[in-house]
Amino acid sequence: MNAVLEKYQLSPESSAYPPTVRVDSQNLILLLTELRENPATYFDMLSCVTGIDNGPEANTMEVIYHLYSIPFHQSLAVKVVLPRENPEIESVCHLWKTAEWHEREAYDLLGIRFKNHPDLRRILLPADWVGHPLRKDYQHQEYYHGVHVAYQAPQPPSDR
Amino acid sequence: MSYRPDLLVSEPNKLTVGELRTEEMILNLGPQHPSTHGVLRLELLTDGEIVKDVVPHIGYLHRCFEKHAESLPYNQVIPFVDRMDYVAAMNSEHAYAMGVEKMLGISDQLPKRVEYIRVTVAELNRIASHLIALGTYGLDLGAFTPFFWIMRDREHILRLLEWASGARMLYNYIWIGGLYYDLPVGFEERCREFVHYFRPKLKELENLLINNKIFIDRTARVGVLPLDLAINCGVTGPMLRASGLRFDLRRVDGYSVYPELAFEVPVGEGKMGSVGDCWDRAWVRLREMEESLRIVDQCLAALLGEHKRTRDFDPQALVPKKIRPKAQDLYVRAENPKGELGFFFRADGKSDVPFRCKARACSFVNLSVLPHISRGVLLADLIAILGSIDIVLGEVDR
Repeated sequence: MNAVLEKYQLSPESSAYPPTVRVDSQNLILLLTELRENPATYFDMLSCVTGIDNGPEANTMEVIYHLYSIPFHQSLAVKVVLPRENPEIESVCHLWKTAEWHEREAYDLLGIRFKNHPDLRRILLPADWVGHPLRKDYQHQEYYHGVHVAYQAPQPPSDR
Repeated sequence: MSYRPDLLVSEPNKLTVGELRTEEMILNLGPQHPSTHGVLRLELLTDGEIVKDVVPHIGYLHRCFEKHAESLPYNQVIPFVDRMDYVAAMNSEHAYAMGVEKMLGISDQLPKRVEYIRVTVAELNRIASHLIALGTYGLDLGAFTPFFWIMRDREHILRLLEWASGARMLYNYIWIGGLYYDLPVGFEERCREFVHYFRPKLKELENLLINNKIFIDRTARVGVLPLDLAINCGVTGPMLRASGLRFDLRRVDGYSVYPELAFEVPVGEGKMGSVGDCWDRAWVRLREMEESLRIVDQCLAALLGEHKRTRDFDPQALVPKKIRPKAQDLYVRAENPKGELGFFFRADGKSDVPFRCKARACSFVNLSVLPHISRGVLLADLIAILGSIDIVLGEVDR
């Protein structure tokens, strides 16, 4: 694993478990393909894809891929940092089918677009929902199909 | 209530009628359908009895777990974790608590008695979850009696866990750094009685359901999941093991006290057809219940012997008053009854609230394999495949 990481001049961060490397978005597919295909690393399982919004101050978003190699019992996380305006990254569905639903979820809840995804639709929220709830500056809509979205405490009956 | 065409756009079909061939038809299954195990909606493209394509629509039970977790202190997230996989809440709590303890750096200081109690309740809950899986699977395939037998036996587990925690299904029993309370006096003995009672019942269940001719005919060679597809789709748990890989996180990662316990990891052998078919998945769950009983038995021996109840034992001794981990990223995973439950945490080091808490739900990932293994099967077999995946919609949608 270290040979592959050295080739891309990456070193794991100290404050993360499993070891996490940060990669540029244009190198992502190259690195992940190598990590998956190389017989010395062989990360055959993609455990999880996490999207993170770092908030308007940091003005960045992140996508973290948690890889696991069953034969070598080794974990690695690969991190990509994206701009907060129009975040877009290549999809990894052609490497791991797991990514299909995870990327749809990241698109749904954070608005990160995945290029070349076979079926990028909202997955948990209704298709006509406005906004992406896990963004730190998310404001929900006031009405959805005539239903008040925010909770309103019921008024006590007045005629008693 | 008048007809509301605007509501149609909130959950449209992916397939459109205009693009169909003459013999094809779109069939809508769910979200209110007894065989979808909750509010799952499947959009089927059918040609007569043959299913040509399946499009799952999920999210009907979405309760914003991750958004809630971003606004609550770590310890107050646990009840929300319970409500994800509500038939195996102890296992989810265990995974979550392990993650936060790892961030705080207290995971190796926990008293052994706490660990053994955690494993005992988690394994009891695993049995309860597998019982639900097999019972409802029988219902899907038209076997009514096993469900009642199973509910009768599951009730014993729920009563044991209620005695320990005060709740039947959503426990909030495993806390960060310890437990809500020590086991009630006499629990170990009663639990041992249950183990002795339940062993022969498992044999009964095997004869009644798993080895039943009709059950075998409905499940053998149906919905075969090849191992490479399973790994590529991230399938874990009994489904992956039924496809022939001996992969159990309790063994592989060896968390908690599992390295000290003796148990087998059953894998699918294709006894009734091919490896990785629906029958194998049901059979692996049954074998796992036997192994869980073995684990519970060993834990009880430890709880009555080496780590027995003492007057000064305080299960909350290590529960931190203030939970503020250092700034870090952490991914923790544990073997739930349905597969690998993972939590990703990002702590910013400045607050008691997780900056981001992502749940990698096993049912969510396992369900995503459904379209790949159910193209070209009969409509009735689709129900058999869906039931064998053992999803809990609370966890799929979170």
